[in-house]
Amino acid sequence: MAEDNIKLMQGNEACAYGALAAGVTFFGGYPITPSTEIAEILSREMPKNGGRFIQMEDEIASMAAIIGASVAGAKSMTATSGPGFSLMQENLGYAYMTEVPCVVVDVQRGGPSTGLPTKVAQADTMQAKWGTHGDFFPIVLAASTIEDTYHMTIKAFNLAEKYRTPVTLLLDEVLGHMREKIRIPDSSEVEIVNRIKPTVPPEWYQHFELTATHVSPMANYGEGYRFHMTGLTHDPSGFPTAKPAEIKEKLDKLKSKIMQNADDICAYSEEFLDDAHIVVIAYGITARAAQQAVRIARQRRFKVGLFQPITIWPFPEKRLRKILENADLAIVAELNQGQLIHEVRKIAKTKTRVVGTFRYDGELMTPMQIVDKIKEAHR
Amino acid sequence: MSTASTIVYNYLRSKKKFPHVWCPGCGIGIVMGALLRSMADLEIDKNNVVMVSGIGCTGRMPVYCDFNTLHTTHGRAIAFATGVKIAKPNMKVIAVVGDGDGLAIGGNHFIHAARRNIDITTILVNNRIYGMTGGQYSPTTPWQKIGSTAPHGNVEHPFDICDLAKGSGATYFARGTVYHATQLQVLIKAALQKKGFSVVECISNCHTLYGRLNREGSAVKMIQWMKENAINAKVAEKKSPEEIEGKILTGELWNIERPEYTEQYERLIERLGGKPPAEEKPEEKEEAVTQ
Ligand code: SF4
Repeated sequence: MAEDNIKLMQGNEACAYGALAAGVTFFGGYPITPSTEIAEILSREMPKNGGRFIQMEDEIASMAAIIGASVAGAKSMTATSGPGFSLMQENLGYAYMTEVPCVVVDVQRGGPSTGLPTKVAQADTMQAKWGTHGDFFPIVLAASTIEDTYHMTIKAFNLAEKYRTPVTLLLDEVLGHMREKIRIPDSSEVEIVNRIKPTVPPEWYQHFELTATHVSPMANYGEGYRFHMTGLTHDPSGFPTAKPAEIKEKLDKLKSKIMQNADDICAYSEEFLDDAHIVVIAYGITARAAQQAVRIARQRRFKVGLFQPITIWPFPEKRLRKILENADLAIVAELNQGQLIHEVRKIAKTKTRVVGTFRYDGELMTPMQIVDKIKEAHR
Repeated sequence: MSTASTIVYNYLRSKKKFPHVWCPGCGIGIVMGALLRSMADLEIDKNNVVMVSGIGCTGRMPVYCDFNTLHTTHGRAIAFATGVKIAKPNMKVIAVVGDGDGLAIGGNHFIHAARRNIDITTILVNNRIYGMTGGQYSPTTPWQKIGSTAPHGNVEHPFDICDLAKGSGATYFARGTVYHATQLQVLIKAALQKKGFSVVECISNCHTLYGRLNREGSAVKMIQWMKENAINAKVAEKKSPEEIEGKILTGELWNIERPEYTEQYERLIERLGGKPPAEEKPEEKEEAVTQ
């Protein structure tokens, strides 16, 4: 066995190398703190592997370019932060509507507006779900360690390809900039998923064919299929429709593709939940404070466990609902004024009290803030 | 030369797409015809063509054309086209935009694509108004003309698209009108053959809105006006400034050589020892090496 490839890496670096491991061939982006290192590294590394990097004129164009590249067969991505993520929303909706695989990394910083460019936050949790107009069922992942960031970036590409949809990866300023030990896996250990290709001749091809899994095989431009794509509501062949039945069919397809496959898409991690009456729920960097908090509280004989969503959207509600059946108290810890807590409230039964502990002053949450909340709320 | 019926058969989509959305007499169809005839002249393999558009009356053109087609968001056609072209540098990428779509909301993408000199042929249909939304003034509506949002006369000044393209770095610019359909075909053909960011401004009529609001008459009258007021740039050279005042200069107005973006990037990949992209055919790889 080859010796382990251990490195000390920054989160943004791990994201860039994760993308390379996933087989990224096109990056279009625009500089923004705290995500810029991802673009810098890829501008250096991608052409060495035959990939193409371009710095676009803004984030609107970046999102447009990665969609165009993906339809032409590239594995494409962009990286940004809150303000840029806002600018990407229109074309993110386009990618969703036209079912184009691509990856958007949002290294979150404090908001609203220009907010806190160099400080941590998790305030784009809901933007990632509701940022674009119209009904939207996105796949959104979150990493909590540097090693996670590497693997989540690969997972984001794989899910995008598998489900023919844009996937957002949420990081944050601290994760993006801090350094940690990471084991880089051998390429043989990395699972790569590619979009399903059509097997029918071009005359039979429908770019949005209805299938049992709701995922349509995808031809790329230049492969002889000559299909049409539009952000207008379209029929399975891709051409605009105004027929109520076809409109409903399209929107149902988009929703079902994600929600009926939620068991496959949803990921989470759990700790000490077997006998827990108190469940702490936290994602991303905050999950690390929560993990520490749960361990401290356990020593103090609180029956407390941790539930960490890895896919934020779709929210792993089936699993959490089961966990909360035995819980009297759920504590949601987030670096915002309370966003994910609404999802927990939605699924908790009356028996389970849901409280939040938030921090939004640009600093990380400490384990003690969560421990104090456990003590205070547990009565 | 292909006949009209073979062009219709080869390049238009048959099923379910017609009748088109345009008003009877609209010039956009003439632009589409000129574009398809120039493609037929060049015998371009339609599997190798990507036609990208934004939103507006002009933006509907790709639906009818049997290429790889991408109808995108308002103003973003050139940005999407940039991604397509970089991912597949050997494909012929055409962006079809309107004046509002391409120069107002999409103005930033237009100038930056020109600056990069990326090999995209931009067909800019200029009817001086937002047609689809009902006649609002656009960045090419002349001073004092009427739009539904300039009911008292436009107090803004229009772009000179040629100057904008030149100043931004485009390597080819031509202007034609929908009256001069044959000339338009020739100009588009030259633009398609140009390696670089090329722009053909097609002066077109929106009689339904611009014509009505400005009392310029029917489609026929507006096209008649183009006939009478267009002057070939070569002819104009020999005339005094007074004689060409208020005229539309047509023909090839700008044609220079400058390194093209994707070619430069391919060379960079080669220089760094990156493998040529998997999609490219072996003989094309050869070409890239010998260049
Ligand atoms: S509104 Fe104007 S530009 Fe649009 S189709 Fe009618 S005539 Fe043409």
